[in-house]
Amino acid sequence: MPSTARLPLILLLLAGTLGVGASAPWWLGAYWLGIFTIAYYFGVFAMSWDLLFGYAGEVNFGPTFLIGVGAYSAGLLDNAGVPMAACIVLGGIAAIVGGLILAIPALRLRGPYFGLVTLVAVLLLLDFIVIFAAQTGGEIGMMVPDVLSISTSVNYWYAFCFLVVSAAILFGLSRSALGLILQATGQDRIEAQALGFNVTKHKLAAFAISALFSGLAGAMLTFYEGTASVDQMVDLSIAVQIIIAVVFGGRRTILGGALGAMFLVLFNELLRPLGQLNTFVVSAIALVVILFLPDGVLGWLLRPRTGV
Amino acid sequence: MLSNAPRLEVEGLTKRFGGLVAVRDVEFSIRGGEILGLIGPNGSGKSTVMKLIMGIEAPNAGAVRLDGVDVAGWPTHRIARMGVGIVFQHSRPLHRQTVVENIKLALLPDSLFRLIAEPQVEERAREIAERVGLGEVLDRRPPTLPFADLRRLEMAKALARDPKVVLVDEPFAGLTPGEVATFSELIDGFRRDGRAVLLVDHNVKSVARLVDRVLAMYLGERIAEGSAEEVMQDQTVRRVYIGGAIEGHAKPANAAASAAPLLEVCEVEVFYGKAQALQKVSLAVRPGEFVSVVGLNGAGKTTLFNAISGLVPYAGRIDWLGTPLAGRSPAAIARGGIVQCPETRELFGDMSVRENLDLGGQHLTAVARERQLAWLLDLFPILRERSGQRARTLSGGEQQMLAIARALMMQPKLLILDEPTLGLAPVILEQLSRALTQLRDTTDITVLLGEQNVTFALPHADRVYLLEHARIVWQGTPAAFADEMGAGYL
Repeated sequence: MPSTARLPLILLLLAGTLGVGASAPWWLGAYWLGIFTIAYYFGVFAMSWDLLFGYAGEVNFGPTFLIGVGAYSAGLLDNAGVPMAACIVLGGIAAIVGGLILAIPALRLRGPYFGLVTLVAVLLLLDFIVIFAAQTGGEIGMMVPDVLSISTSVNYWYAFCFLVVSAAILFGLSRSALGLILQATGQDRIEAQALGFNVTKHKLAAFAISALFSGLAGAMLTFYEGTASVDQMVDLSIAVQIIIAVVFGGRRTILGGALGAMFLVLFNELLRPLGQLNTFVVSAIALVVILFLPDGVLGWLLRPRTGV
Repeated sequence: MLSNAPRLEVEGLTKRFGGLVAVRDVEFSIRGGEILGLIGPNGSGKSTVMKLIMGIEAPNAGAVRLDGVDVAGWPTHRIARMGVGIVFQHSRPLHRQTVVENIKLALLPDSLFRLIAEPQVEERAREIAERVGLGEVLDRRPPTLPFADLRRLEMAKALARDPKVVLVDEPFAGLTPGEVATFSELIDGFRRDGRAVLLVDHNVKSVARLVDRVLAMYLGERIAEGSAEEVMQDQTVRRVYIGGAIEGHAKPANAAASAAPLLEVCEVEVFYGKAQALQKVSLAVRPGEFVSVVGLNGAGKTTLFNAISGLVPYAGRIDWLGTPLAGRSPAAIARGGIVQCPETRELFGDMSVRENLDLGGQHLTAVARERQLAWLLDLFPILRERSGQRARTLSGGEQQMLAIARALMMQPKLLILDEPTLGLAPVILEQLSRALTQLRDTTDITVLLGEQNVTFALPHADRVYLLEHARIVWQGTPAAFADEMGAGYL
């Protein structure tokens, strides 16, 4: 928690970031607005994942299961004629339902087994999408009749507002009494229980919240792209990138996840001239940060200064 | 503040882990304002009893009644909400939150929707912090606190729940004498509040001044109950801790007694985080000697051996054959001839007896390995019969023999045996003792033995060191030990 002396600085930084972010359509080209739009959705994926990993202490290797369930539920409903706004909300709810169906049995397992179950869930979802290709479009992706907007700027603002609202809610939750209990359950399950907390209940709540934001983000990304696609929303490599984004930005900071996501998406784009090498360079930078700053960039910047 | 109805009643409590009965038919009760000490050596089942009460493990049979309500088998958080608090031995507070925030955590309701703590929570957290002596460090983070303050924080968290029953695991482990006095006063405060208190510890001595009654356990069963004085005098208890009457067999002066030491430990100190586990410990082992380090559980024996084996960092000097061991890896130290047979045995449970032994002899040539194996199977004939059996399925005594045999397969120059009698029934102890005698009579092996059971440790020993609260407080011959220290050991 920031000391009071640093508070004005942090508020100034926050206002500046919001101002720069919101005004981007007036000074940034359409191409880069598109990149940022995607980066913002990716940021929400990462923040949702950090609530589960950083606070509840559960490693969910399948964040894309939640995202995919949200995206494809919204897409299928839209194709069935449901209005778009309702599709997005229902996509979020579908992700919660899917997440709980997965988590209720999986949370009874300990250690790496929970992670393995979430990993298998992604593979199952991938199979499901391919098997029902007639409805889901299979590997090609599923076109949806509606789009958020045809204006690049409006799309950008949707994504930006969604990121800011999600960040505010998730960050607020992480600093609330619930966040404190979640950290305790994540760190020492037995001690948390001995203090009278129903650990399973709190972890399920964290899972549901994480699923809601992942699902909403997946659904909105679908209506931004006009397509729900396996490559962009379900594939395991996306899951790995989300995890890297959080660890890079700073575990247990929520905002660090958004920062890391931005870094991954933007640098991949900036380094595109390197051709095949670009993902390599980005991964190498991420690896160096993970090895030498295990608390991530934000965790390192906010680390308690001792001896001062 | 003594009320008459018991707050906590335990009846017929039984817990099995596979074939092992960890707790058998244990029974006791504690009234409000009463302190019961639950004591027993490592492996006696006392910690399991504590976990069964708290619901961390579910009992196979029996009742745990809180003010008459049977909570046996309930989930931990519900038992906690019923009014049972626990002070863990090892504290794991939230590192990024301050002391007062850590205490606030314990005051929060088990609700998903109360996002902001009620205002009185802050005030209550401060009160509790003052009471346990954390008033000066409210806004510090746990990693910057000394060990005793971390223990205070654990006390504060337990107190915050206003429990009817408090379980305290090893209340004084790692504390200085001054801190022990303060913590005794705090625990006495629990009594004055009318709470029922259960102190779990290795031995009577450390809790004697505080408790109203003591219950002693061994091998999962209750062996004695009464006042601290009565339990200390109890014959069964004395047999468990000391092993009956102490007999020292003075051996003829060892020819090697004047030789240069094989192992020399010089003013070694070890800290676990902020708890001091060894304090300026010095000892020497000469070639061919059998040296016993005796001391109650928690005195620091295992820590000493782990320092020698290079498993824990230490200050001070440990020399092996005249050169310092510092900086060498545990594997290099073991290859250099110091082989430890740890308290926990560390067998490969899913491998057969033979495979475990072969692993110990990996570095030997095939011929040497066969010869060593044949010799060991003569020393421990039972292992020959069990050769194809999985190590996990052996009895405790057989497992201990296998662990020793595996260590001997490495042809050590110095064999360190850490608490080989742990959890073994008396009849097995005799077999083990005979094997050690034979080992000693037929080879020139050098042995460093750590034991709580003095009767087991003395007959073999050339020299004895007594370790108490992280320090060596006495050294001499087995005969002198019986004369000088026998009575005061417990």
